[in-house]
Amino acid sequence: MLAAPGVAWLIGFFAVPLYATLAVACGTDDVNGDPRPVWNPTRWSLGRAAVPELGISGDGLRGVWDGLIDGTFGDPMLRTVLYVSLALALCCLIGYPVAYYVARHGGRRRGLLLGLLLAPFWISYLMRMLAWVNLLQPDGQVNDLLRVLPGLAPRDWLDGGPVPLVLGLVYGYVPYFILPLYAALDRIDPSLLEASRDLHAGPVRTFWHITLPCSRQGLLAAAVITALPMFGDYYTHDLVSPSNRTTMIGNQIDQFLRQSSGQRTGAALVIVLATGLAVLMAYYLAATNRASQETG
Amino acid sequence: MSRRRADTGTRRGRLVGPWRRPWGLIAVTWLYIAWSIVPVLVAIQFSFNAGRSRVNWQGFSLRWWSGDAGSLLRDPDLWVAMRNSVVLALVTMAVATPLGVALAVGLTRWRGPGRRPANLLMLVPLVTPELVLGSALFLVFTRLYETVGIQPVAAILGGVPGVGALAERIGTITVAQIVGHVTLNLSYVVVIVRGRLLSIPREVEDAAMDLGATPWQALRTVLLPLLGPAVFASLMIVFATSIDDFVISAFLQGDVSSQTVPVRIYGGVRTAPTPALNALATAMLALSLVAIVLAIVVPRLLRRGEPRTVDALSDFASLDV
Repeated sequence: MLAAPGVAWLIGFFAVPLYATLAVACGTDDVNGDPRPVWNPTRWSLGRAAVPELGISGDGLRGVWDGLIDGTFGDPMLRTVLYVSLALALCCLIGYPVAYYVARHGGRRRGLLLGLLLAPFWISYLMRMLAWVNLLQPDGQVNDLLRVLPGLAPRDWLDGGPVPLVLGLVYGYVPYFILPLYAALDRIDPSLLEASRDLHAGPVRTFWHITLPCSRQGLLAAAVITALPMFGDYYTHDLVSPSNRTTMIGNQIDQFLRQSSGQRTGAALVIVLATGLAVLMAYYLAATNRASQETG
Repeated sequence: MSRRRADTGTRRGRLVGPWRRPWGLIAVTWLYIAWSIVPVLVAIQFSFNAGRSRVNWQGFSLRWWSGDAGSLLRDPDLWVAMRNSVVLALVTMAVATPLGVALAVGLTRWRGPGRRPANLLMLVPLVTPELVLGSALFLVFTRLYETVGIQPVAAILGGVPGVGALAERIGTITVAQIVGHVTLNLSYVVVIVRGRLLSIPREVEDAAMDLGATPWQALRTVLLPLLGPAVFASLMIVFATSIDDFVISAFLQGDVSSQTVPVRIYGGVRTAPTPALNALATAMLALSLVAIVLAIVVPRLLRRGEPRTVDALSDFASLDV
């Protein structure tokens, strides 16, 4: 009985909104061109197809499908996947050594190190991006540094290129990558490492044969936990790389939803994005479920 | 001999490192920490800049905090954004925490059909990208819950007897923003509280009821006090998540009067920012710091003695959500 208010809340403010998104995406337009949601699934329509010869762009799910093929949505989608993959790879390169060091060699400094790793959680994401936008100004500190260092030249970082965007994503999300990885590395039984050393394996072999396999689950969880919000991120783009060359799928959702005539397409894009991410979401839920059954 | 080496390698039961000191790892870790924190420190520094620039230091001044017309204390926009963020976080804490605790207790004690779907319904929001949740809520509030719509709390509940006065004080944030933040946080609360619940044996409650307590009394006098630390952790997480949130606040805001600090920073960066924006961000950071100090100090005072900060931090760090 105690669960009733919470369950009701989640139905009313989570399940119904998701359904409403479907209803808008598969709905029709009223006379003013505003989207009219259709609540009965048997009357759902896939929307209008694009007719390029007449200059008509499609809408709804069919419009999104056409857009995926002709590049209107396909390019941002590919770009999003590319940027998120690059950012994840960098997160891994930066995050793994850090998590490994704190978990295995933290020693007496562990509390301090953990506190510092947690610090970004208490600093607003937007503030951290604001900090970078300032540093990356043409006359900002990053270029000052580049001027001093030999062999490097200052450049305009905020010209809308993909480099600051990917680095911004890494900067924003790497703390969320490190923590689950740290937790996994911390759980590795030290006696395994001792056994490996007693069998005369060097640090590298121990890492490849013990540490890495033992932390695989944590690594995957960390990747999923950071990938999900990155796929829906549009503000990092708007702040550090506001140009059409780097538009991500989240930006298009944001833009379409803000104009009421584009809401059906926006809703359809949300559905496509959520469906695409469902695999990742299901994987993570299954993994945590397994973990909680093992411990509980 | 090897026995002895194992002993030196193990300090306080933990393997410190049987091989030489990992200088590479040490360097990467400290470089990472510097990289993650120094930009923010620079941003804080420039909130005290005497000039208009956010990158060229022209001496120390408080003009962006209180002097100029566009400073934090004198620009009503910035001031309202701060107020909105704090009020939204407090209201979210007040709604999401009891709702989440009840849901956690209910779910763990639930025997019978409906348990698994309810559980799934609770878990899915944890992995739903905020953009999906934000746009879904935006669509539902504009297309289905149109009577509530995206309007300030005061406009909707202002005249209602009983809650009217409170609603007037909550003021400019929208009902939709509160709903969104609660939905975003509810599952975190459930996961944290449930973790603690699972470690409390059922017999504790049974014993209370054997001694004549009603189920409600058992819950209130036995279970809830035991859940104290988890409830406190939930409050902190809800506060931090709510203060930090951008997507939900942005999608569900009515007009400028309901924007929060992250939304204001986003808008500011895209127009012509002054160091007052840095001051706004710094003020918010200071608030969060107060919260984190509370988060560390209060549980220590609650259970004096054994538990150390490190352990509380480790608990937080190993939280798999």
